[in-house]
Amino acid sequence: MTHLSKALLLVAALGLSACNNPDRFADGGFGADGAGGIDSAGLGDPNDPSSLAYFQQAVGDRVFFSVDQSTLSPEARATLTEQARWMNQRPEFAVLIEGHADEQGTREYNLALGARRASAVQEFLISQGVAAGRVRTISYGKERPVEVCSVEECYAKNRRAVTVLSQGLSG
Amino acid sequence: MTVLNGFAKALALAFALAGLASAPVQAQTGPLRIEITEGVIEPLPFAVPDFIAENGAAADYATGIARVIASDLSGTGLFREIPASAFISGVSNFDAPVQYADWKAINAQALITGAVSLSGDRLVVKFRLFDVFSGQPLGEGLQFGGSPASWRRMAHKVADAAYSRITGEGGYFDSRVVYVSETGPKNDRKKRLAVMDYDGANVQYLTDSNAIVLAPRFSPTGDRIIYTSYESGFPRIYLMDVATVSARALGEQPGTMTFAPRFAPDGRTVVFSLERGGNTDIYAVDTGTGALSQLTNAPSIETAPSYSPDGSKIVFESDRSGTQQLYVMGAGGGEPARISFGEGRYGTPVWSPRGDYIAFTKQNAGRFHIGVMRADGSEERLLTASFLDEGPTWAPNGRVIMFTRETAGEGGAPGLYSVDISGRNLRAVPLDGLASDPAWSPLLP
Repeated sequence: MTHLSKALLLVAALGLSACNNPDRFADGGFGADGAGGIDSAGLGDPNDPSSLAYFQQAVGDRVFFSVDQSTLSPEARATLTEQARWMNQRPEFAVLIEGHADEQGTREYNLALGARRASAVQEFLISQGVAAGRVRTISYGKERPVEVCSVEECYAKNRRAVTVLSQGLSG
Repeated sequence: MTVLNGFAKALALAFALAGLASAPVQAQTGPLRIEITEGVIEPLPFAVPDFIAENGAAADYATGIARVIASDLSGTGLFREIPASAFISGVSNFDAPVQYADWKAINAQALITGAVSLSGDRLVVKFRLFDVFSGQPLGEGLQFGGSPASWRRMAHKVADAAYSRITGEGGYFDSRVVYVSETGPKNDRKKRLAVMDYDGANVQYLTDSNAIVLAPRFSPTGDRIIYTSYESGFPRIYLMDVATVSARALGEQPGTMTFAPRFAPDGRTVVFSLERGGNTDIYAVDTGTGALSQLTNAPSIETAPSYSPDGSKIVFESDRSGTQQLYVMGAGGGEPARISFGEGRYGTPVWSPRGDYIAFTKQNAGRFHIGVMRADGSEERLLTASFLDEGPTWAPNGRVIMFTRETAGEGGAPGLYSVDISGRNLRAVPLDGLASDPAWSPLLP
């Protein structure tokens, strides 16, 4: 079984893909537009706690936000606490936080809103002991939805911050 | 307007009814208030016979030029073309006297005649405009010359001259629009910069689709385009020279995101948003020296800045009150004054090139609108309503607005639309494929 199909099965199992969307796993777990100089890495075995697949599925690589908000919910904080724990055990991984918004907003405001969300996650991870120099942020605004329907069910999944890990980041 | 001919008078009246008149009397006697459902304007009937080909080689252009002129005028919603099948007399000689009675009989109030000649690589287009009911020319005949490749531009110039003489407003047909061309499914859109004639013709691509590009805008002279690109992996502002299609990053600040750029009227300063540590403020950069100045300093989101045409003020959006609203401040910064107070959220303000209105996007009760208001926030009017309308841009004459309209759902498709500032004449710009983020050029020289 390829990494891709494995990832898709996992996505389906976790119920993250209500609209039949291959999500980011189709790109090897990384943003389609390749954030600056960051390489992809093998997902590994999701049963191996040191693998990226484990981070993405078991820890959870994303947190969600309310409409027009960047406040971290208790669920988001729990997820990020686990993320930080994982990161603190694997200092070789660099961290990129992607902030996203749903389509119910103007383009430029949503870019700023996505940056706010990414920054909220960044600050929380740093507060949990992740070295500040390891964590960068990027906002995609409403440019990269994972769900394509135009109802709240999809919007809720698009209002997200996704933690993307890579080895050997120099920037 | 010094001389009002019969139909110019009629049209001026129509404009006044539509709230389009620029005469100060209109502004002083009461607020501009337009009800789209009432006061329907009867479009002014006009005829544009095929232009006369003065030599064989010009025949390829003679019909095309007349068609573009007719399309420009009809496209405003203020004019209605009388088809050639109704013509009683033809025009076979550009200099022969006009048979006014024949045109009056078919109720053509305006008549445009013209001739085309091609010698070597130079195309010459001549035209005259006639006020049929008063039986005289309206303005002098004009001629335009250029390469055959620019035949559509020459047609637009004829239409601009006719429009301008009849309405008293500036023209806008000989202009271009830079926009973002999109392909692919909603969750994997590829975007590239493109330019087109205002009517969707002559599309040219300026970037490939390897990086997301957003919200391009022309410089005041149309020779440069400023936009946001993810080319480096992160959102940054780029400045492109139109002639060479070469771009460079502008005002780069490591660890920040820069976006929402727009030129000042001086063509040298660019105002934009810079995000650092999750907070977005407005800055200005001198594109010559790179000197940077911070114009807002607040923990809220400040973005989408746009200068007044005299360069003295900037309108922008901020969520400092809790939701997106519009504010005006001096070009050097300082305490801003809020100008939007209606229900809902207001964003993407753009000052009209005439200075009389600010166009904006409004979100209210799950719908998006394009609207206009005075610079002090008064006389707000919504021109459109849909699932998602956003990002207005002004035609060079400040009387027409183009914007992005996107449909809902999995098949959601963005396209470009235009509407006039009375809220009339909503039209889709005919383009193959998806498009967003239009920005109008100035009138071309």
